[in-house]
Amino acid sequence: MSIAIRDVTKRFGSFAALDGVSVDVATGSLTALLGPSGSGKSTLLRVIAGLEMPDSGSVAIADEDVTRRSPQDRGVGFVFQHYAAFKHMTVWENVAFGLKIRHRPRVEVRARVAELLALVQLEGLERRYPAQLSGGQRQRMGLARALAVDPHVLLLDEPFGALDARVRTELRAWLRRLHDETRTTTVIVTHDQEEAMEVADEVVVMNRGRIEQAAGPRDLYERPANEFVMSFVGQVNRIGDAFVRPHDLELVLDAGASTREAMVQRIVHLGFEVQVELVRDDGAPLSVRLTRDEEERLELVRGDIVHVRPIRATTFS
Amino acid sequence: MAARLGLRLVALFYLAAILVAPLGLVCYRTCAHDAGAAWAALHAHATVHAFRVTLVAVAIAVPVNAVFGVVCALAIVRGRFPGRGFLNAFVDLPLALSPVVVGAALLLLYGRNGWLPGVHVLFSLRGIVLATTFVSLPFVAREVVPTLREIGDEQEQAAHTLGASGWQTFWRVTLPSIRWAVVYGVVLTTARCLGEYGAVAVVSGNIEGRTQTATLAVQDAYENLDRAGAYAISLALALGAVLVLVAMSLVRPREARS
Amino acid sequence: MVVALPIAALVWSSTKGGGSGFWAAVSSPEAVAALKLTLAVAALAALTNALLGTITAWVLIRDDFRGKPIVNAAIDLPFALPTIVAGLLLLTFYGPRSPVGVDAAYTRTAIWLALLFVTLPFVVRTVQPVLIELDVEMEEAARSLGARPLVVFRRIVLPNILPGILSGLTLAFARAVGEIGSLVLVSGNLPYRTEVASVFIFNQLQSGNPHGAAAVAVVLLAISFAVLLGVGGLRRRATRHDCGR
Repeated sequence: MSIAIRDVTKRFGSFAALDGVSVDVATGSLTALLGPSGSGKSTLLRVIAGLEMPDSGSVAIADEDVTRRSPQDRGVGFVFQHYAAFKHMTVWENVAFGLKIRHRPRVEVRARVAELLALVQLEGLERRYPAQLSGGQRQRMGLARALAVDPHVLLLDEPFGALDARVRTELRAWLRRLHDETRTTTVIVTHDQEEAMEVADEVVVMNRGRIEQAAGPRDLYERPANEFVMSFVGQVNRIGDAFVRPHDLELVLDAGASTREAMVQRIVHLGFEVQVELVRDDGAPLSVRLTRDEEERLELVRGDIVHVRPIRATTFS
Repeated sequence: MAARLGLRLVALFYLAAILVAPLGLVCYRTCAHDAGAAWAALHAHATVHAFRVTLVAVAIAVPVNAVFGVVCALAIVRGRFPGRGFLNAFVDLPLALSPVVVGAALLLLYGRNGWLPGVHVLFSLRGIVLATTFVSLPFVAREVVPTLREIGDEQEQAAHTLGASGWQTFWRVTLPSIRWAVVYGVVLTTARCLGEYGAVAVVSGNIEGRTQTATLAVQDAYENLDRAGAYAISLALALGAVLVLVAMSLVRPREARS
Repeated sequence: MVVALPIAALVWSSTKGGGSGFWAAVSSPEAVAALKLTLAVAALAALTNALLGTITAWVLIRDDFRGKPIVNAAIDLPFALPTIVAGLLLLTFYGPRSPVGVDAAYTRTAIWLALLFVTLPFVVRTVQPVLIELDVEMEEAARSLGARPLVVFRRIVLPNILPGILSGLTLAFARAVGEIGSLVLVSGNLPYRTEVASVFIFNQLQSGNPHGAAAVAVVLLAISFAVLLGVGGLRRRATRHDCGR
């Protein structure tokens, strides 16, 4: 089920959370809405869900205009950052909720809940209350609950934001696998560019209520539309008008054509890669990424004077 | 949404029907029709005396219960003696009792055939003060206890390590941190004292000009068909109540913040 | 000195006539009628306020309109106003010279109205904090799952505010059972018809029967205690799913 957003504007008082936003989400894709806080990504997600009504513009799901429809009638599944678990119901009752209020036969409900709990790996925990689960378990329950009613579209609002780093990484990979299996059109909101790049087919970068660029992760990284996207999506060195990625800076020991002098400030070992932080002769900071082997060959030490040259640079008009 | 408006109307209508309309009506009828008689009634000797009795009771009961409340709260929250829970329940006791039961208890203790027949308490100002103090006992303690619990005793520990004595710590650290809770409790206590009827009715003998409180005077006036007088005293007391409400709304956010 | 001794004297006095004396005082037809009336009307008033008080709390927390802070402050009027004044006000509005033509003076309805006044703040004030704490996202989740507003209220909101409603209800009931000031003028105190337990006790004291009065007073005392202990128990049971990690 595709989603089509056209010229949506939403204001809260004088603050424009969304300013004429248009975006397309392809059926069966996993799209990430990426941006800093206040960029409007959560608002856009809630507008898609019907939890907020836009001031102007339209929202269409599966080619049907749902702009003025209530959330109950949109066929969306919503997963909240802080789980929104029904704390007075057991895990089983939480997941069964959508089916129970649709008055599904008991047999069907039981089968579907069991199927979903197995899918999210929460079997055996049916009778627990949310307060007795870990954050990661609660979020998996939230997902199972949303999936129970076979939504056309699955919407996740910073679903892993409240979890610690390791659980986050695990669930990220798990979500991707789940999506590959179910193929439900999914939109995930995140402020973590690593998460977006890792998980999504398409990333929509937002800033201050507007869309900066919508593209696949690779295109976003290698062909950013503007300075904001380039700096948001990865580390960037600014050299005059040009922007250079840390791994696109060559580091040599002797001066040469088009090199600039710089002094080594810090060497950070990040496992496979090494990040070398330098200060240029004019005081500007630089960040260079080398492989472990390259760094070993250069035998760098704090205080060394070296020479850098951009291999590839990007400029924006 | 229609439902939202509907609920709002239900709530506002209910409040109007029970609270606002009756009060408004009495205000209107007294001020519009009986203003002269009402004013005269307020100046009558018996009425003035009744107010005086009430105010004396308030003037004694409130400070006593304020001090007692703070001491009790400290004992309940910071104390380390067996029976703390008991003390907590005891302090809450007057809230659970019907005022008449309180009056009956006092009557039976200090009455002619009671346990302490020698102590002259009944049918006098002393009895009124005692009854009023009893029924308004819990309020300061109940406000201070949760505040003390929330604040914790770290500040006091810090003061001790800096060399402050028990009294200094209390005066300079503890008391300032609970002051709004105390004020709020005092406001509630005052309201309760002003409004006490049942216990005082039993204990005082309701002797006009001697042991009649303002609340008893209202009943007396009404039963003697002095409607204007009854309304006048009532409105005076209601004015006091409104002032109490204003004080409550002003102090409550300060209490919550501390 | 102020609390324990008088209560002890009361309890002791009620047993003055022995077990049979106590029983006789408590089971006299007038006493029984008074107690039954008290319990019935107090329960009715508490339940009425449970419903209307919850609605009021909902409107005060979820709705917004001009003058809301004043309305919120006005809820405490029954706490601040002397009960006898409350009785007089209600008698004027719902009595012989009522501007809305409702003359309920000296009837059981009048008792119910007075108890409504006196117990109004209880449920409102216990439900408000629970409503504030309520996670709005639970309701949003329910809506996104297809639940209509009434279903959301019944299955999501109500179970979570029920502890607040119940504790307010029981506090209101305990309060109503002991009420006297507002009833003295309003009910007419007709034995077997509109005489509540507190007034009965008062009359017994006035007619020089302190031990009979004490007996019934002890019954009221016991009821209040039982109700208050019940509040604690109900709260613990209703919030059991909040424990855990």
